[in-house]
This record gives sequence, C-alpha cells and structure tokens, in this order.
Amino acid sequence: MEAIYLAIPLSALIGAVVAGLFGARIGRVGAHSVTILGVGIAFVLSLYVLYQQVFAGAETFNGTVYTWMLSDGIRFEIGFLIDRLTVMMMAVVTGVSLAVHVYTIGYMADEDDNWPKDSLAGKNAYQRFFSYISLFTFSMLMLVMSNNFLQLFFGWEAVGLVSYLLIGFWTVRPTAVYANMKAFLVNRVGDFGFILGIAAVVMYSGSLDYYDVFAKADQLADISVTILGGTQWNLITVICILLFIGAMGKSAQVPLHVWLPDSMEGPTPISALIHAATMVTAGIFMVSRMSPLFELSDVALSFVMIIGAVTALFMGLVGIVQNDIKRVVAYSTLSQLGYMTVALGASAYSAAIFHLMTHAFFKALLFLAAGSVIIAMHHEQDMRKMGGLKKYMPITYWTSLVGSLALIGFPGLSGFFSKDTIIEAVHHSSTPGHEIAYMAVLAGVFITAFYSFRMFFLVFHGEERMDKHTKEHLRESPWVVTGPLIALAIPSFFIGGFTIGSMVFGDYFGNAIYVAEQHRGLEIVGQSFHSAIGFVEHGFAGWAFYLAAAGVIAAWYMYLSNPASAAYMKNVFILPYKLLQEKYYADKANEIVFGAGSRNLGNGLWKYGDVTMIDGLLVNGSAKLVAWISSIVRQLQTGMLYHYAFAMIIGVLGLLTAFVLF
Amino acid sequence: MFSDWPLLSLTIWLPILGGVAVLLIGDKGDAAGMRRLALLISIVTFLLSLGLYTGFDSSTADMQFVERTAWIPGFDIYYYLGVDGISMPLIILTTFTTVLVILAGWDVIQKKPAQYMAAFLFMEGLMVGVFAALDAMLFYVFWEGMLIPMFILIGVWGGERRVYATIKFFIYTFIGSVFMLVALIYMYYQGDSFSILDMHKLKLNMDEQVLIFIAFLTAFAVKVPMWPVHTWLPDAHVEAPTGGSVILAAIMLKIGGYGFLRFSLPITPDASQALDWLLISMSLIAVIYISFVALVQKDMKKLVAYSSIAHMGFVTLGIFVVFQIMANPANATGSGAVLALEGAIVQMISHGFISGAMFLMIGVLYDRMHTREIDAYGGVVHVMPVFAGFAVFFAMSNAGLPGTSGFVGEFMVIIASYHANFWYAFLAATTLVLGAAYTLWMVKRVYFGEVANDNVRALKDLNSREFIIMSILVVAILALGLWPAPVVDVMHATIENLLQHVSQSKLTILVVNQ
Repeated sequence: MEAIYLAIPLSALIGAVVAGLFGARIGRVGAHSVTILGVGIAFVLSLYVLYQQVFAGAETFNGTVYTWMLSDGIRFEIGFLIDRLTVMMMAVVTGVSLAVHVYTIGYMADEDDNWPKDSLAGKNAYQRFFSYISLFTFSMLMLVMSNNFLQLFFGWEAVGLVSYLLIGFWTVRPTAVYANMKAFLVNRVGDFGFILGIAAVVMYSGSLDYYDVFAKADQLADISVTILGGTQWNLITVICILLFIGAMGKSAQVPLHVWLPDSMEGPTPISALIHAATMVTAGIFMVSRMSPLFELSDVALSFVMIIGAVTALFMGLVGIVQNDIKRVVAYSTLSQLGYMTVALGASAYSAAIFHLMTHAFFKALLFLAAGSVIIAMHHEQDMRKMGGLKKYMPITYWTSLVGSLALIGFPGLSGFFSKDTIIEAVHHSSTPGHEIAYMAVLAGVFITAFYSFRMFFLVFHGEERMDKHTKEHLRESPWVVTGPLIALAIPSFFIGGFTIGSMVFGDYFGNAIYVAEQHRGLEIVGQSFHSAIGFVEHGFAGWAFYLAAAGVIAAWYMYLSNPASAAYMKNVFILPYKLLQEKYYADKANEIVFGAGSRNLGNGLWKYGDVTMIDGLLVNGSAKLVAWISSIVRQLQTGMLYHYAFAMIIGVLGLLTAFVLF
Repeated sequence: MFSDWPLLSLTIWLPILGGVAVLLIGDKGDAAGMRRLALLISIVTFLLSLGLYTGFDSSTADMQFVERTAWIPGFDIYYYLGVDGISMPLIILTTFTTVLVILAGWDVIQKKPAQYMAAFLFMEGLMVGVFAALDAMLFYVFWEGMLIPMFILIGVWGGERRVYATIKFFIYTFIGSVFMLVALIYMYYQGDSFSILDMHKLKLNMDEQVLIFIAFLTAFAVKVPMWPVHTWLPDAHVEAPTGGSVILAAIMLKIGGYGFLRFSLPITPDASQALDWLLISMSLIAVIYISFVALVQKDMKKLVAYSSIAHMGFVTLGIFVVFQIMANPANATGSGAVLALEGAIVQMISHGFISGAMFLMIGVLYDRMHTREIDAYGGVVHVMPVFAGFAVFFAMSNAGLPGTSGFVGEFMVIIASYHANFWYAFLAATTLVLGAAYTLWMVKRVYFGEVANDNVRALKDLNSREFIIMSILVVAILALGLWPAPVVDVMHATIENLLQHVSQSKLTILVVNQ
C-alpha cells in the first residue's frame, strides 16, 4: 500500500520532469502524452486508495517516507497521512487535473501565436506548460498527503512556485509578469504568518508531526503567552491565527485577496486548476486538517468566520461590475472561498470541504467554459463584445448553464447542497459573530446569482456584439475542450446530492475532523436532514432560494429585458459603482503603501544610511580625517634646518624645566 | 584508505604548490595546458577533501585528522591542524567552489590567465588553512594570507573603480584583524599557549572577556559582514571579477561566521551572553534594513551583494540567539539552541552555493553584455531560455523556497529564534517577503517582458561549460534542500559540545575554585 501512496505523487512528478527537461526532444505529443499518463495513473491510483479507505475500510495510514533532518531532538520528516480527508482531496486534485490536462491540448494548440516570432522561450512553451501543470499536481498532492507541518509548508510553497510560473507563463506580457510577482509576494505575506505558526508549534510541542501535535493540543491550550506589552494570549489562539494568516494568503481572503484577480493573466486552464479548484482551497483544507487545534480557540474561529464573511460578501459585489469574463469568475471564486472560510469558522469543517469539492467541479467547469468562449472569440475576454453565443456553442452553453446553476445554488445541483448547508450551519453556529456572518452569506446568495447570470446572459444571450471577423469564425470548440466540460458538468450536477448524506451529515470523515462538543451547529442542521431529496424540497422553501431567484431575475431584467436600466442604475449609484470598479482601492493602496513605500524606504536607507552616514561620514570620513590631520602635521615638516633647530632647543628647555621642577 | 594520509595538509598545500606550477607553465605560454592543470589540481583537491567527510567520525566532538608539529618553538607556535563538525563542511565547500570558479574563468579571462588561476589555487589552500588551523598564530597567518590573492584579484582583474574598492576592502578587513591579533597575543601571555583549544579553557574575567570579545567582533563582523561595517562588500563585489565575487561571497564571508563559532562563543561565553543583544540587533537590522537597500539597487551585483549581507544576518542571528533560547523560561522543551547553531552553519553552506550561483549568473550576462545595470536588460528569457530557467531556479533558492538549500537554514533559524522571543522570529521571517521581493523584482526586470534592445537580442544562450557549472550548482542546492540530514548529522556532536562549553560560565567556575 505504501508503494501506491508514493507512486501517486511521483507519477505526476516524473511526467513533469520528462516534459520539462526533454520537451524539445519528445515534442508536443510526447509531452502531453507523458504528463497525461502520469496524472492519469495518479488519478486511477487515487480512486483506488479512495475506494480502499471509504468502502474497503482500510485503516488510516500515517507513515514516514524519509527523515529529512534530525536536529535538536526534532524530527523533520517527509511522510504521508492517508485518511478520508486526504483521499477525497487526492481524488479531486487528480481528477480536475486530468480534465485540465486534456483540455489544455485544445486550449494551447495555437500557443505559438502568443509568443514573438523569434522568441526561443516560445519554442517549447507547449511542453513547458504541461510540465508545469504536472509539477503543480505533484506539489498539491504532497501538500494534501502530508502528515507533518514541514511537508505541508513544502507543498504550500511549491504550489505557490508553480502558480508564479504559470501566471507569468506568457512572459512577454507586462501584466502577466507583474501579476505573478504580486501573487508570489502576497502569498509570501501569508507564509510569513504560517512559518511563525509552525515555529510556535515546534517550540511548544517539540514536534512537527500532526498527530503528535494534536495529542498535545489540550496542554497547549493551557499555556498563555505574552506577545505585545502586557496582553496575555492563549497559545492555541496565537498558533491558529498565525496558521490562518497562511491560509488567508493561499486561499485569497481579505486583505490578502489582491493577487487572485490578477492571476487571471495566466492561461485559462491554470485559472481553472490552480486558481479555482485546487491550490486556492489549500487554506480551507489546512484549517480542516488542523481542526483539533482550531476547535480549542473560539477567538480564532471567530476571526476566521469574520474574515470569511467579509470576503464572501464584498468580493462578490466586485464581481458585479467586472466586464472581463475571467475576472467575473475570479471574483466569484473569491466569494466562494469566503463561504468555505465562514463554514470553517462555524466549525462546519465537513461542510467547508464539501463545498470545496463541489466548487472544484463547477468552478473548474465555469473557467474551462469561459476558456472555450475565449478560444472561440479569438482571445477576446470582454463580455461587452460577446452575446448570443448560445447558437454557436451549444455544448459550452449547456455546460455553462449547469455550472452557473450549481454556483448560485439552484436546488438539486451540487452547489445547492454545499451552499445551503453552510448557510444553515452558520445560522446554528455558536461562534461569536455568526449573526453578522449569516447576514453576509445570505446577501451573498443574491449577489452570486446576479453576477453569475449577468455573465451568462451577456455572453450567451442577447445581441451579438462581436465584430464581423470574429463572428464568421465562431464555432464550438474541439472535443478535447468540450469533453472535459461534459466530464466536469456531470459531477457539478450530481455529486452534491449523492455525497451530502455521508460527507456532511454522516460519519464520512470519522476522526479526520474533530468538532468540539459546544460547536456542533452542523449537527443541529443534520437533525432535520433525512435525505437529499427532502433537502431539495426544503430548499425550495428557504430564504436562499428566493434570494437566488431574485438575483437571476434582476440580472435578466437589467441585461436582457431592459439593457438601458443597467446604464441607468450605474448612473444612479455612481459612487458605489466607482468603489467597486476600483476594487475598494485595495490595489492602489497596496501600490502606494507597500510598493512605493518600500522603494522609498530602501532608497532612503541606502542614500542616507549607507552612502551618507556609513560610507560618507564614517569610512571616507575617517580617511579624510587622517588626510586632514596629516595635512596639518605636514606643516611641521618644513624642511628648514633652523625650524628643526628651534624645535630642538624648545624641547630641551622644556624637558629641563620639567626635570628641575618635578 | 585515506585515513592515515595527512589529508588536511594535502588539501592546503596541494593547491598552493599547484598554483606555483600553474604560474610556471603559464610563463611558458601554454595557456591550455595551464588551465587543464589548474582544473585538475582543483578537482583532485576536492576529491581529497571528500575523504574528510567519508573518514569523519560524527559521534565525537574531538578534533579529527589532527596534525601537530612545532613551527616556531620559541613562541610555542605549532603547525597544528584538525577539523570538527563545524569546519569540515566548510572546507569541502571551499574545495567545491574552487572547482567551479576555475571552470567559470576558463576562457573568459584573457588577461594574465595563469596568474588568475594561480591566485584562486593559492586562495583555496589558504582558506582551507583558516578552517583547519588549531593554532591561533597559524590561523592568523592563513587569515591574513588569504587577503593577498583577493587583493590582487580585484586590483588586477577588477572593474573601473578597483583601486578604491581594493583599498577599502583591505583597510576594512585589516583593521579588524589587528585587534584580533592583539587579543590572541594577550591570551598567549595568559595561558602560555597559542592552541585554540587551550584558549577555550582559558579562565578570563568579565573585563578581559569583553575586551577580547570586542576585538574578535571587529575582526569577524567586518568579514561576515554585519551591519554597519558592511559597506566594503558591495564595492568589492562590483569591482571584483566574477570568480573573485564567487569566492568572496561563498567562502570568505563564512570565515566571519566560523570565527564567531570557533573563537567568540567558546573563549568569551560570558561576554557573548552579555552582549548578545547587540549582535542580535545587528543581525536583525541586517535582515531588514539591508533587504530594503537591496530592493532599490540598480546594479545586479550590488543587489546580490546586499542580499548576501541580509542572508548572512541569519548566520549571526542563529549564533547569538542561543543564549536567550537557553535562558527563556517559556521554552519548556528546552530545545532550540542546537537548531539555531546548526541552522547558522547550514545557512553558511547554502549561502555558499546560492550566492556563488547568483554571481555566476551575473557573470554569464556580464561576459556577453559588459554591463550589470538592470535597466540594460529585459526579456532575456526569449533569447536565453535555458539560462533563464537556471536564473529563476537560483532566484527562487535565494528567496528561500522549500526544496532548495536556501530554505533549510532560514527555516531552522526562524524556528529557533522563536524559542527565544516571538519578535526575533517575526523580524527574521520578514525575509520571506523582502527576500522574494528584491530577488523576483530583479528577475522580472532582467528576464521577463519583451526583448529590451538589440544588445539583448544578440545574446547567445549558455555554452556547454557554463551549462555544466550551473547544473552542478542546481544539484548541490537541491540535494541540500531535499535531504539536509547528511550535512546536519556530522555537526551534532560538535555543536552539542560547543553548547555545553558555552553554557558553562567561565566566571562561576572561577568563584567555585576560590
């Protein structure tokens, strides 16, 4: 069994290495074959492991692969923890990854057009892309399969690296190479908190192993530490908030969300794989994995919930005013990540993971569908230049409809089950601040429905606003593109209904997730859950359904029925509109405070500290002082004999006087 | 099979004598033969030094491969060599790096090539001598001796302002050394021995310790270099030829860190403890202040030079944070001190690889474009894709990405310093953001974007010699990053012994004896 665990990430890694190092030799077909084979093996084996864990009743596996280092009595190890949480993540990661690999064949077919003619970097870009997405799959697998904080951090940063490489994949575009640096740096701000959290764990528990640390969690909760001035903090609270700062970076929670919309500069397949389905959910996964720690701190849970609620509501609002098709989906992703985070704060970890899973499918679907539209539109992403695509792209249309309905939580589709569960869980939560969070997630339902169908109507219905040339070439994408769309539409539709019973309200996660006695809001929701169908029926009667329906109708009215009203509304609400258009000025503030601020600080320290003070005053100053003194002393060396004779006489007299007197 | 060879003497004298041979052949005008000989000598030296690793007994803290003969009996000065878990890895780093710089200077250096190669071989022997010497006078001779080839390297093969840079370099480092010499002589008169190990046991009162500590501090802080005595380094780097920069960054800076471990901590433990706040502050300032300065540099070499200073801040932080780790009442598990010291050493080795790689990268560009201005570049990836791949890899290592060696030392020191004080770890961890910021911003401006101008357009990708050098470094960085255990394991016994020594105050023992 251990060999299988090892084979899963390694088969992805081998594909990545072969395609990356020998891409020129094996050509395009070789590169996509070897990486698809690698990820395919990983997917099949993941399903097998999933089967073993869930249906064949295999024990939780916790074992070491090798000892990275042993220092100061602390074991730094690479190892796997395979339980039901892990296997679910493995299946989702490899499954979406496989779909994206296949899709990429179609999406990147004309890749040479994206590079300057004489660029050598453009020559093997296709192969390199496949290498990167396989490398990503490897890194993500290492992250979710880890049994310790060290490897978690490895995977954490490795996915960040691949994200950096892929956002800036088209290195010739200034926006792309700006966005990838921004993404990496903002993520590093999160990692800054994360590494401090790990340091705290090591200091107080003496171990990096999850199980060792969890076993000591109760002891850690008894320790209070002083951090600033005289304030006493519970150690667990400190650890959890520090770790969560890492999650805020990776899962793009306010205020570290700024990198995700810009990450859309990368090719669309990676927006689906990395910036929607998998990497950005690493934070959600991590907090769920750490549930034995987070459960011990109400303060941390409250912090998590508020951050999530703010993200869910305010990022959704920004989605309303975006015109770039990918950016709408990106803000939608931010908002949905906010939902998952709120669920974490409500101790509804299983609901968060459940939404993570359904979201992975329908959001990957929406991104890939958007990519399909972008291919058809010759890389035009502005929705104001689309419209009426339904008749040209039927498969993309219907799969998008499934994705959009799932996203807005239409009863019966996957997203409905996961989102409604979260809303109900927040409603019954006991975490301080859940009342506000509940309002935010309910309002978010309307907003989600509104921006989703605004996008849907602008792209697929109404007037055909594209230019003539584009219109003539409009056609459905090839099967390598539509195939993955269909493959993702199926779970987007059904998987929620099939799995909610065991995953959220059953004992699917067993001991992988721990919920404290006083935090069992989700159980209250579960008491009224009898079957998926009953849940659907119940859904039609709930607030959320009417809010969603209102959102769809509002979008229909403003963008199909009476387009003039959209312009009218914009003029009436010009100030809020401007605020949303500028994304609450977060980017500008960051650029001024952190960007220009650090450059000015650097220049100041350099010019005044190094150049003027140290070099100018101290170093060259000493040299000048020596030169100055010697220029004065030099005056004594006149070369005139009688000067010297005079000095001698004075000296002798002086000495004699001293000798006589003392 | 090497066990009874005088391996240390061989590693010191083979390159020095080899350097003489290289000079002789070079004088006859056989440049190709001279280069091959220089490479051969460096490779043989490297292989010999590996014997130090394979033959090393990591279960003991005693000095190994010891050689001891009287040298100047009148002053009890011995030719006394030996290594422990601190110096042995640094010696191998030295011999390893020398192979790379000889390769890097292969046909790039056309002016007096034999002298150039010989200078590196001399320097190799002298630097190994510094790490291996157990007699303080012998140490001092090697310590000063190694300045001479470096002085010549910058002065002869350097850039336009080389005279200013060499004098600054020499005076800065020499002033520090003179104080150290005084301290060494003083201790000789106290203990009648120049053996460094005897000095470890020498009883010194607090006043003596503080003065000796400050004398060492001036010598080692300049070498590391620590803020605020760092300004010679960017100038020296900018003017030095590529190979000189590599040796300077990869090895010479480590000698400062090594000095703290070999002299300051064990000889003056009480003064080190009393003044640790000063060293910790200087280290943290180095990490933060210097990172901001690095951010705004316009010259790539200056940027990497400042980045070196910031990374060396982790070395000195790791070394001097141990006292507060051991004294922290909240540190229930009592661990962290070993982690801090081992982290400092790992950081030294890793920085040897990475800074060497960074300077070699700049050398590759400079050889082609004859400028190091960041603004002169842009879009290099389109003309040198292989090179750009290496560059991004090394940049990520410099930014401390896990899986590369750059991560290991920083991670260890950050975790260890948390054991002393949350805020030390907090300030040190800013390197995650700042280090990535200055490195990746440079990468963005040099390698990404559209091809900036025709000079860039005319660039040729790596030749096979350059490719081999870069590949070797990639392997080294990945090996240490993915499996640091083999390197860390040899240090345990030595570090534990050192800590035991350090935690025993020399003052209390005095009181007990009375």
